[in-house]
Amino acid sequence: MSLIEIQGLNKIYDETTVSVHALKRIDLIINKGEFTAIVGPSGSGKTTLLNMIGGLDKPTSGKVLINEKEISTFKPDELIDFRLKNIGFVFQAFNLIPVLTAKENIEFIMLLQKVSKEEREKRAFELLNAVGLSDKINNRPSELSGGQQQRVAVARALASKPSFVLADEPTANLDSETAESLLDLMEKLNHEYQMTFVFSTHDAKVIKRARRVVTLEDGKIKSDIYQNEKSRINS
Amino acid sequence: MKLYLQIAWRNLWRNKRRTLLAASSVFFAVILALIMRSMQHGTYDFMIDGAVRLYTGYIQIHGKGFWEERSLDKSILFDEEFIKQVEKIPNVTVAIPRLENFMLVSSQEVTKTASVVGIHPAKENQVTNLENKLIAGNYLKKNSDGLPLNRGIATSGILISEGLANLLSVTVGDSVVLYGQGLYGVTAAANVPIVGIVKFALPDLNNSMIYLSLPYSQFLFSMDGMVTTVSVMINNPRKLDDVSEHIENLFSDKYEVMKWTELMPELVQSIQLDSAGGIIMLFILYIVIAFGIFGTVMMMTAERMKEFGILISIGMKKWKLTLVTTLEAIFISFLGALAGTIMSIPILVYLKMNPIELTGELAEVMIRFGMEPIIPFSTAPGIFFAQASTVLIIALLTAFYPLNVIRKLEPIKAMRL
Repeated sequence: MSLIEIQGLNKIYDETTVSVHALKRIDLIINKGEFTAIVGPSGSGKTTLLNMIGGLDKPTSGKVLINEKEISTFKPDELIDFRLKNIGFVFQAFNLIPVLTAKENIEFIMLLQKVSKEEREKRAFELLNAVGLSDKINNRPSELSGGQQQRVAVARALASKPSFVLADEPTANLDSETAESLLDLMEKLNHEYQMTFVFSTHDAKVIKRARRVVTLEDGKIKSDIYQNEKSRINS
Repeated sequence: MKLYLQIAWRNLWRNKRRTLLAASSVFFAVILALIMRSMQHGTYDFMIDGAVRLYTGYIQIHGKGFWEERSLDKSILFDEEFIKQVEKIPNVTVAIPRLENFMLVSSQEVTKTASVVGIHPAKENQVTNLENKLIAGNYLKKNSDGLPLNRGIATSGILISEGLANLLSVTVGDSVVLYGQGLYGVTAAANVPIVGIVKFALPDLNNSMIYLSLPYSQFLFSMDGMVTTVSVMINNPRKLDDVSEHIENLFSDKYEVMKWTELMPELVQSIQLDSAGGIIMLFILYIVIAFGIFGTVMMMTAERMKEFGILISIGMKKWKLTLVTTLEAIFISFLGALAGTIMSIPILVYLKMNPIELTGELAEVMIRFGMEPIIPFSTAPGIFFAQASTVLIIALLTAFYPLNVIRKLEPIKAMRL
């Protein structure tokens, strides 16, 4: 069953003088448990596509279906709720809440979901343990390295038990060693929990680790490759 | 809620200096506002107390229609039990009976109209300090309530105000003739000796007052056991309404009960006018505070647009985000307001105990009006409560800015900042 289904997606940004056609007739299906990289040069539409999948932006035309629900028709408040319950976000710049500790950052998302205190604490400990930061529970983001912050961000993304995790260039601000270790973590979570990851990147090392690589160019899918199977769909 | 409070509180200290600066502006403004308001209220209380002590009392009990008609026919039957009943009411310090009438008063050559008041000398003195206003002769004897030996001649004599004595060209030891009407039009006339002269700062009073003992006035006006007015003093002006209501519950079927605000509407108006001026000053002060808080809230909002975008992206509802920013504005305001209030308490208590003494012409004017030449201060809890509420309202108003920003916020655009 498809987890994410994109049909004939177009996005045109209407700037005052020039309109930008950021995505052009994108059709894409991502199934549960996939580990997918969206790649392409700057301006190819990677972030726009992730924003559409994440319900952060509305398509000009076409449909985005998550678990067979068309999210592009949702009202803003419904979308916020939908994101909270279904999507985990990992951002390039980590974007943790600076005044909360690592544990509180993870608990925060569960608090929004009205998870009980005991359950919140239990899950936060488990996740911090899973991302290898059980000794940093009371550290605030400013007391953590970039890699550690991104691990906390991954733990936060998983805290809400989402259907999938969207990561926008998660390794862009990390050194290669830390990036590798983050990818190890994401792969592990993908294998162990069947967690679906969709991430954008233009880092070759990251692309190599993805099992499926969707390449965008000028807002169109140029290629869609399952790396082991070498299947290829031309746009 | 705890986490939102925690986030808001911690957010304040992301930029300690700015938070402290904003809270300081509230702190100093609250101190200034409290001192200003305390001075105003202290002065009003002082003015009211002076005015009610001069004559009316805080509350008066009359026969129904007396205040309108000023007729002896609207008098009330009075005995010690009545007074005891009133004085038993909480916050009542004393209830004084009076029998008030207008009469002609004649010396050998001059006749004038006078306000003739029968009083209980000791009780009257407790309220109006009449004995202190003596400038010649003696005060009415404390027990000068015996009836005259000869009909029409008062053994206890009368007190006359200085201006009236001058108009009549009489002094202590002279006699004047009082002529007027008693109850139901009965002629009231007497030749009475002057035992003392009192001086009032207010010309209207100084040119018109005659005091005699209550039993004698009752005899003179053929009103045995009757009075026109019972004036009531209370120990806490803020309990005026409670005491008045209590008295009304006891007597409203038989008597009219009037508060000083009804007895002296012109004083109420002058206080309202002055208070309005003070409120305008406070308004200006609070506008300054509002902009101080608003500036801080604006900066805190502007520098966190990206963060807001992220929080909305990960699933935080906009109203929850607004709640956090509102709590931040309230925290800053209350930090300043609380510190300002705490700091102002010892200052105001000191000023209440040691009011500012006036000198020069202003002092002379006040003395002439029978008032102490001081600027008194009030420490009534209401003043502090009013300032705290105002600061809270300002904080809530400034929170409209982030509310509006968050309402319109598009997470994608905010995250690009």
